[in-house]
Amino acid sequence: MSVNEPITSAVVTVTVNGTESEHEVPVRRLLVHFLRDDLDLTGTHIGCDTGSCGACTVHLDGVAVKSCAVLAVQADGATVMTVEGLAGEELTPLQRSFHEHHGLQCGYCTPGMLMSASALLAENPSPSEDEVKVALQGNICRCTGYWNIVEAVVAVGKGEAA
Amino acid sequence: MLLREVGYARPATVEEALSLLAGNDGARALAGGQTLLNVMKQRAASPEVLVDLGKLAELRLVGVQGMTLDIGAMVTLSALMRSSEVEVSRPILAEVAATVADVQVRNRGTLGGNICVNDPTNHFPPLLVALDATMTILSEDGERTVSVEDFFVGVFETAVREGELLTRVSVPAGGGGDGMSGVTLGAHGTYIANAAASVDDGRWRIALGCVAAVPVRATLVESRLSGVDVDEADVRAAVEGLGETLDPPSDVHASADYRRSLTETSVVRAVLQAAERASG
Ligand SMILES: Cc1cc2nc3c(=O)[nH]c(=O)nc-3n(C[C@H](O)[C@H](O)[C@H](O)COP(=O)(O)OP(=O)(O)OC[C@H]3O[C@@H](n4cnc5c(N)ncnc54)[C@H](O)[C@@H]3O)c2cc1C
Repeated sequence: MSVNEPITSAVVTVTVNGTESEHEVPVRRLLVHFLRDDLDLTGTHIGCDTGSCGACTVHLDGVAVKSCAVLAVQADGATVMTVEGLAGEELTPLQRSFHEHHGLQCGYCTPGMLMSASALLAENPSPSEDEVKVALQGNICRCTGYWNIVEAVVAVGKGEAA
Repeated sequence: MLLREVGYARPATVEEALSLLAGNDGARALAGGQTLLNVMKQRAASPEVLVDLGKLAELRLVGVQGMTLDIGAMVTLSALMRSSEVEVSRPILAEVAATVADVQVRNRGTLGGNICVNDPTNHFPPLLVALDATMTILSEDGERTVSVEDFFVGVFETAVREGELLTRVSVPAGGGGDGMSGVTLGAHGTYIANAAASVDDGRWRIALGCVAAVPVRATLVESRLSGVDVDEADVRAAVEGLGETLDPPSDVHASADYRRSLTETSVVRAVLQAAERASG
């Protein structure tokens, strides 16, 4: 829907993890704050808040984006998936693989890692190690636990996750 | 971080976008937002109104018209990487897009935004100078085209004036051979020094990033290489002395002298890459 005159707040309709919701938000609200504060989906983390660390990565209309560098109003009419939307009754093979390969230490970067990795796997179901590294370039693990994270994603592609 | 209060409009047509930009003081185009939203957090920019270009499908087109490849300003870097037109007619654009930042930034960041920012470390300004691009700028008064050399004016400054929009970037389709090389912070990080080179029929265009507010043409090297079948020794000889003609900044990543040296090396690599492709 177009907005022909400048506004400072708007009613946005966003489908998040399969559920459509309608909220009035100030224009200046970032998507990450909308998810965390308006929808109470606190799985999406705020790391650097400068578009560098990737902790806030979500899928916007199917592609990985940093939700600290998108306004909530820009997501009007869009479909968003957050880390809460990955698992159904059970964890996904990717999530189980992170568990098995010890692909997390403090866990702060994990939601963003999972969202970048799941976007990769949707496009490329069995990525090479190098492809995984490129796909995760926008995600920083401050514990520097990259090896196990990369192994966890490669293992899913090889069908090794339990 | 909380942004300062700001107005927002999401026009459905380019005409609406232009009238919003012209009719509101402090209005600014919002493309991918990857730079703009971050500088708004720092209060380094405080637009009054954001005019979101996100719904302007005509700015997302890529097409070849005769001997020209036209790329809409809102084409994302990810879309450049996937475009079959780009792959066939000027693949260097996709190759370079693939080395900018990371997947998430490439999914939102646009070609238009990358050059309208004109950050001296950005990838596309020197590349588009080497490719002899032409920019199309639209305002309520009509359309004008600007050569790439007139487009870049200063740090964060371009020929796009208030009330105007960059709509399209055009480069010659085909060309002989193109190359780009440089030294980055980390694998796909920010450039410390770089050079882009393009050769067609023995005529060279070489542009340097990171050494001044706008990309710098290495005209002396271009003329030394002109018409010759280059090998590595020729290129090294042609580049000799280039560093002394430059006045690059010193910062935490490189002193001015080190940047001069990295720039010379980048030119050698970019030229050899372009020459190899031109002959292959
Ligand atoms: C972590 C990180 C690392 C990065 N590293 C690099 C890097 O190494 N190399 C590199 O090249 N880039 C890098 N970038 C920048 C990235 O490429 C940006 O996406 C790009 O520079 C801005 O594009 P955008 O579409 O997001 O523009 P926006 O942020 O939306 O806009 C930027 C500016 O351009 C203006 N503008 C945009 N489109 C138009 C238009 N059509 N007409 C008129 N004005 C317009 C806006 O008003 C604004 O002033 C990085 C970004 C991030 C977040």
